[in-house]
Amino acid sequence: MTVPAIETKELVREYRMKRSPQNPSGAPVVALDGVTLDVPQGEMFGLLGPNGAGKTTLIKVLVTLLLPTAGAARVLGLDVVGQVQQIRERISMVSGGEHSGYGILTVREQLWMFSQFYGLPSKPALARIDELLKVVGLYEERNRRTSALSTGMRQKMNLVRGLLSDPEVLFLDEPTVGLDVTAARDIRAYIKEWIRMKPGRTILLTTHYMHEAEELCDRVAIIHKGRIIAGDAPAALKLRATGGTYFLLTTETLDGISLAGLPGVQRADTRALDGRMELRLHLAEDGAIAGVVKVLADSNRRIFSLQKIEPTLEEVFVQLVGQRLEEADERKAGP
Amino acid sequence: MNDATPARGMLRLLRAILGRSYPRIIGANRDKSWLFYDTVLPLLGTIAFVYVYKALGAPERFVGYVIMGGATVAFWMNVMWSMAAQFYWDKQGGNLELYMVVPCGIPAILLGMSFGGFVGTVIRAIAIVAIGSLLFDVHYTVSQWPVFLLVFGVAIVGLYGLGVTFASLFLLWGREAWHMANLFMEPVFFLSGFYFPVRALGFWAGMGASLIPLTLALDAMRQLLFPGTHPPFLPLGTELGILGALAISFIVLARFLLRKMEYLARREGRLSLRF
Ligand SMILES: Nc1ncnc2c1ncn2[C@@H]1O[C@H](COP(=O)(O)OP(=O)(O)OP(=O)(O)O)[C@@H](O)[C@H]1O
Ligand SMILES: [Mg+2]
Repeated sequence: MTVPAIETKELVREYRMKRSPQNPSGAPVVALDGVTLDVPQGEMFGLLGPNGAGKTTLIKVLVTLLLPTAGAARVLGLDVVGQVQQIRERISMVSGGEHSGYGILTVREQLWMFSQFYGLPSKPALARIDELLKVVGLYEERNRRTSALSTGMRQKMNLVRGLLSDPEVLFLDEPTVGLDVTAARDIRAYIKEWIRMKPGRTILLTTHYMHEAEELCDRVAIIHKGRIIAGDAPAALKLRATGGTYFLLTTETLDGISLAGLPGVQRADTRALDGRMELRLHLAEDGAIAGVVKVLADSNRRIFSLQKIEPTLEEVFVQLVGQRLEEADERKAGP
Repeated sequence: MNDATPARGMLRLLRAILGRSYPRIIGANRDKSWLFYDTVLPLLGTIAFVYVYKALGAPERFVGYVIMGGATVAFWMNVMWSMAAQFYWDKQGGNLELYMVVPCGIPAILLGMSFGGFVGTVIRAIAIVAIGSLLFDVHYTVSQWPVFLLVFGVAIVGLYGLGVTFASLFLLWGREAWHMANLFMEPVFFLSGFYFPVRALGFWAGMGASLIPLTLALDAMRQLLFPGTHPPFLPLGTELGILGALAISFIVLARFLLRKMEYLARREGRLSLRF
């Protein structure tokens, strides 16, 4: 039996807060509220949750950047409090949108610099850098200054940085955040390619994109307000959303027509889409769709498309939390 | 990729130091404009002093003084601007977090940063002395090279120890420490005797100024460069001893602050750095 790549027990992490008008008692923020996880080696594990759910905090505890407030966490069987150095030898971390390194260096120089922090001999390090740059399609840019890279290129370079030391566990915190569709797809492809080339390596990836978790991960845990509310293979998770059926319907703007009260309609989520309205309907049974169509027809709304859909993680999330993931995003405090 | 086994211990430390010094040595010199900005501009500042001394009819050696002072200012600037403020920039870009989780550890990174900064500054200091001496036809004869280099080396260790100490303090205390440091810049220019013998300050002010390793180092080096004519602040041996003690103290202090900073960062989830 090998040790699990990641193991947490009732992990709690609080942030102490100063007294402020929003927080007059100075109560701490509970970012992780009793997280218990078990990720075997060789797994691609996804942590899916809205903004402020605690994803980054969990990663930081696991990579030894933050101390747990209570509970325990182990990486490769090593304790994140007492065996810090041993853990650091065997992991690496890449965050989405990070601006690491120095703009005056070229891509290749920068990656070489980081390889030195792991004690890699220069020649094989550079060979590995070139090889990985080819994999992510950045080889042509190897002699460009990092300050001149686009966001997507930068993120590819950061991914290479994370892979340089050939880590046993790789932590990826929202690796595709802020990237356009193509760059995000590329990044996902390289992640898959790496895990295919290196069986036995573990990835813990956080995201708030449902499809990303679904596409990449062997198992997904849904995290909300510092708690894991469900964890399983994506397919198994989706089975949990089986109560009723799901339809996707596009129509004209609704302007005050309410569908939520109709018989058999358990939930109707709307999303504006190129001047049209996309409705995701959760119905008690197939027949209830007739009532929806009738209301729309009676109000002279054209229906552009209607299809029955398989539940996705989106539906699972809604069922567990009672909100869509975007709605659950913690509102950023601001003026 | 057969021989790609990562090193540990001393070898990794050395590799990490060289790795981190690279952007400072190569990166910062790639753009040749430094030859102008980092040598001619500081010289312009010192030239004013040269003429003041000449006008006052001061002995020739004062010109050499001033040029040496200018070269030393380069080190002081490097430590204050590039070392002490570096953690702030590294924090902004996310480097600091990465540096905390790479296996070589933060001290290796800081050593690399210091080494890189030192090499870069030595090149600049040599350029300043060379250009300044050419312009004003100054000649130096170092009486005891080994002692001269020893004084310089010990002072540099102390100075960069001070830089690391400042870097950690900035992170721990944030903006206030930063402002304090800025406040200190000017008096330091004055007190360290970059441009005059520190003995002129009197004993107590001189001792106060000696907390900064450059003060005694300059005085000691001037004793070696202008033997017999430079009015020494303290005997050479005493100065060297104090410099050594300063270097050790700053290194111990820097290590302590670094540990504290790392611990606080892990406990609090942030450093109080709020600019
Ligand atoms: N350094 C900090 N100090 C105080 N509170 C913090 C700190 N970091 C995070 N928090 C709070 O802890 C909670 C969890 O934050 P965390 O960054 O872990 O969430 P996340 O899931 O990564 O969110 P996102 O998707 O926005 O990255 C949030 O309420 C956040 O405001
Ligand atoms: Mg996050």
